[in-house]
Amino acid sequence: MSGDTIFREYRISDAERSDRSAGDRLRHRQKVRESIRENIADIIAEESIIGKNKDRVIKVPLRGIKEYRFVFGDNSPGASQGDGDSRPGQVVGKTGKDGPGKGDEAGDRPGVDYYETDVTLEELVEIMFEDLELPNLERRALREIQSDYSSRRKGYRKVGIRIRLDKRRTAKQRVMRMLASDKRNDAAARALEESKADREIGADADVEGALDEIALEEGALDGQPLDENALADSPGIAAFQRVRKRYPFHQNDLRYKHVEIDTKEESNAAVICIMDTSGSMDTMKKYLARSFFFLLYQFISTRYRNVEIVFIAHHTEASEVTEEEFFHKGESGGTFISSGYAKALEIIAARYHPSLWNLYAFHCSDGDNFDSDNPAALKDAEELAEICNLFGYGEIKPMGSRYYESSMLNVFRRIQAPNFHTVLIERKEDIWPSFKAFLAKDRVKEA
Amino acid sequence: MSATPHEGTSPRIATWDLRDLVEWDLKIRAKADEFGLDYYPQEFELCDHTGMLGYMAYSGMPSHYPHWSYGKSYEKLKTLYDHGVSGLPYEMVINSNPAIAYLMRDNSLLLHILTIAHVYGHNDFFKNNFTFKSATRAELTIESFKAAAMRVRRYVEDPSIGVEKVERILDAAHALSWQCRRNFAIKKLSPFEQMARAEDTAQGQADPFQKIHARKNIEVPDFHKVPLEPDEDLLLFIRDHNPFLADFEKDLLSIVDQEAKYFISMMETKIMNEGWASYWHKKILESLDLDQGLHLEFIVNHNQVCRPIPGQINPYHLGLKIWEDIYRRFTTPTKDEIKRDGPPAKSGMEKIFEVREVERDASFLRRYLTEDLMREMDIFEYEARGEELVVSKVADDEGWKEVKATLIKSVGTNSIPVLKVEDADFGQNRTLYVKHDHDGRDLHIEYAEKSLNYLQRLWGREVVLETVLDGKRSLLCCNDRGFSVRALK
Repeated sequence: MSGDTIFREYRISDAERSDRSAGDRLRHRQKVRESIRENIADIIAEESIIGKNKDRVIKVPLRGIKEYRFVFGDNSPGASQGDGDSRPGQVVGKTGKDGPGKGDEAGDRPGVDYYETDVTLEELVEIMFEDLELPNLERRALREIQSDYSSRRKGYRKVGIRIRLDKRRTAKQRVMRMLASDKRNDAAARALEESKADREIGADADVEGALDEIALEEGALDGQPLDENALADSPGIAAFQRVRKRYPFHQNDLRYKHVEIDTKEESNAAVICIMDTSGSMDTMKKYLARSFFFLLYQFISTRYRNVEIVFIAHHTEASEVTEEEFFHKGESGGTFISSGYAKALEIIAARYHPSLWNLYAFHCSDGDNFDSDNPAALKDAEELAEICNLFGYGEIKPMGSRYYESSMLNVFRRIQAPNFHTVLIERKEDIWPSFKAFLAKDRVKEA
Repeated sequence: MSATPHEGTSPRIATWDLRDLVEWDLKIRAKADEFGLDYYPQEFELCDHTGMLGYMAYSGMPSHYPHWSYGKSYEKLKTLYDHGVSGLPYEMVINSNPAIAYLMRDNSLLLHILTIAHVYGHNDFFKNNFTFKSATRAELTIESFKAAAMRVRRYVEDPSIGVEKVERILDAAHALSWQCRRNFAIKKLSPFEQMARAEDTAQGQADPFQKIHARKNIEVPDFHKVPLEPDEDLLLFIRDHNPFLADFEKDLLSIVDQEAKYFISMMETKIMNEGWASYWHKKILESLDLDQGLHLEFIVNHNQVCRPIPGQINPYHLGLKIWEDIYRRFTTPTKDEIKRDGPPAKSGMEKIFEVREVERDASFLRRYLTEDLMREMDIFEYEARGEELVVSKVADDEGWKEVKATLIKSVGTNSIPVLKVEDADFGQNRTLYVKHDHDGRDLHIEYAEKSLNYLQRLWGREVVLETVLDGKRSLLCCNDRGFSVRALK
C-alpha cells in the first residue's frame, strides 16, 4: 500500500484564484478583435451585413486565430461504431464535420476548430470606427441643441432668492427653534397651543415682516431680542407677546424652495440618401450605393442621439421613398441630378432646419447626367454643401465602365466647399477606403 | 469520464462531506491493493465548475505557461458547457507522482466513489504502462511545468522580448509540436552514435570466409549530411540547427517539445487507459457491497459512461470491451477459442496486467480486438464521397481486417502525419527538406500551407515538404516569395 491519500477540501479562495485563464482570454479576445479589424474591409463588403439591424449577431469569418497543424485531408477514411446494422453505402454524415460524430482528439482533423466568431453589428461598427483612426473626428463635440426647458421643484434650501421663500416652513422652523430652546420651553408650549389657530392664518404676513427686519439687522445673534415694536401688530406674534417677550425670526429659520432647471439637449442628425434610380443603375451599382449609405447611417448613429434617415430617389424627377422602394424599385429613363438635390433642399426646408439638425447628405449616381442639367446640379450642390455638415457625391462605376461613360466628377470639381467630397467607387473593396476619405472631411458648423 | 448534459443522474445537493470520501477512499484502496493495482500516492482536490473548466483549458496542469490559445480553449469549453452542449468531466487525473486528480464538488457521493475508483485505475496505468514510463518522469511533472511557466512569463515580462516575440515562436511551435518522436522506448541516437552506426553498416559484418568471397565494395557514407538519419523531432532539430535563434527562442522550442512529449503518451493510450480505469472502477464497485440505492446509481452512471455511441468510437466502451474480452478468453475460453489459440498459458488476471504494461492503443487493438468483438460492436469504415460520409466497409468476413486497419490508423498518434527532416542544407542553400511518410492519406493542403509557413518562420530560410497529392509526388515550397506546389517526377 502506497502512502496516504490526500484530500484537499474545496476552498472559495481557490475558486477565485483559479480564474487563471483571465489573461489568456483577454489576449485571445484582443486577437479576435485584431483579426476582425484586419479583415474589416472584406467583412463590410459582405452582402449579408449591409442593412441589418443593430442587435443582430453576425458570424464573422476569422483568419489568424485558427490553430493550424499538419493534418490529414479528405481522402483519409475513418472508423467508428454503428448502431448494430451498418451496411456499406449507408450515409452516416456530412463532410466538413469531423467524422460522423466528433473525434476524440481535438485538432487532429481539419474543421473541428471554430473559425467564426459572433459579433453584434454594434460591436462591428465600433471596431470599424476604431479602424478609422481619425482622432480629430472623435474629439469634436457634438452639436447639441437645447430642445426642452422645464423647471421643477426639488426640496428646500437655506439660501435662495426672496421670491422663493417658503413662508410656512420658515415659520415652522422658528417655532421649532423656540421649542428646542430650554429656557422658554414651558412658556412656549403653552403659547403654541393658544396661538395654533391664528398662526395658521397669520404666519405668512408675519414672516414677511420678520424678513425685512433680518435684512435690516443682519448678523443678529441667536435669541437676541429685536425691536419689539416692529412686529407688534402681527397677530401670530401677539400671542407670544402675551406670555413673554417676543421671539423673533432668525436667519437660520429661513427656508427657500429649491427649483431645478432641466434642459434637454438633443443632438439631431438627418442622413439624406439620394440615389439615381435611372435605367442605367443596375443591381451591382445599387448594391455599392447601399453599402455606402449603410456605413454612413451606422456612423452617424454612433455620434448623434436622434438620427433620421430620408431616402430620395431620382431619375428625371425626384421623390421621397421608403427604404424598400429605394433599393429595390427599378426605374427607367434619363437622369436629372438637380431634381434630387432640389428635392433634398425642399425636404430640409420643410423638416430639418439646419439650425436644429446636423445634416449629412450623400448622393450616389453613375454620373450619367444630361449635360443640360449640369449647371443646375452644380448650383444645387453648392447650396446643399452650404447647409449640410457633410455632403458627398459618390460616383459608382463598376470596373472599366468609367472610360466610356460620362462623369460628374469633372463637373463637381468646381465646387470649392471644404465639406463637399467626391469619391469614385469601382469595386466592393473601394467602399471602406472611400468612406474613410469621405468622413475625413466632416466638419461641425458653428451653431 | 464526463457527464452528458440533460442525462446526468446526480442530484445537485451534496449529501456527503470530506470524511465520507476519506472513508470510501480507504475501502477502495483496500480493494485496489487486493486486486494488485500498483499506483502512485494519490491526491484529490475538490473544485467547482469554473475551477474544472480552468484545469481543462490547461490540460489539468496546476501551473502552465500563458498563451492565448488556452484562453480560446477556455472560452470554447465554457460556451459548450453554458449552452449544455457538453458536460463537465467527473474527474481529471494527471500523470505525476503523486498523481493529482480533481473532483467536481457538486457530484453525488456515488459519483465520487465511482470516480475515485476510476482514478486509481488511471493511476496504476500511469505508473506501469511503458509509454508513460519511457516518456515521462512522473515525480518531475508538476515542477517542470511550473518551471517552464515561470520562464515563459519572464520572457513575456522582459522589456527586450515581450509578448509579441514570445507568441511569434509559440504560435509556430504549437503548430509543429506533434511532429516529434512517438515511441520513446526506442532510444534516439545522438549524431555521433548515428555516425558510428553508419560506419558499421558501411563496413558490414566481419566475413569469416574473406578469402573465398569476392571483396565487397564499401560505400563510404556521407558524413557531412545533416541529419545523418531522418529526424522526426522538428522543433528540436530547428533548435539545434538554426544558428540565428535567440536563447529564449530555443528555450521556448524546448518547452513546447517537452510538453508535447508529455501528452503523446496520453494520446497513445487513450483507449487502453480509459478502458482500464473503467474496468477497475466496475470491478471495485461491484466488490464493495454498495447498498441498493448506491448500486442502482452506480449501474446507471457506469452504463452512461461506457455506452456505445453510434457514429463515434467511445474509448471507454471500446477499451472496457477489449479488457473484459481478454480476461474472459484467458479465464473461460470457448471451445472454438481453445481449438484456435490453444489453452491459455496464463490466468486472465496475469494476462491483463501484462497487457497494460507492454501495449499502446495501436498494438492493443491489433492484438486484442477480435473479429467477433468488431462484429458485436458493429465497427465500420466510412469515407467521404462528395458531400457525404458513406459507410465503405463493415466488419464482415471480407471487410473486418481492413476496417480494423483503418481504426488502428486513426488512434493515438497514427492520426497525425509523420514528417521527417531529410536535409538541412538542401541544394547547398540551407533549405530545409522535410519528407512526409505517405501512407495513403494525403495532407490537408490548406493546413499544410499554414503549418509550413510556421516551419519557415522558425527555420528562417526556405522550407520544402515532399508529399503525395492525389497520387502524384509533389513538393510544397514555402519561402519569402510565398507558397507553391510543384509536381515531382
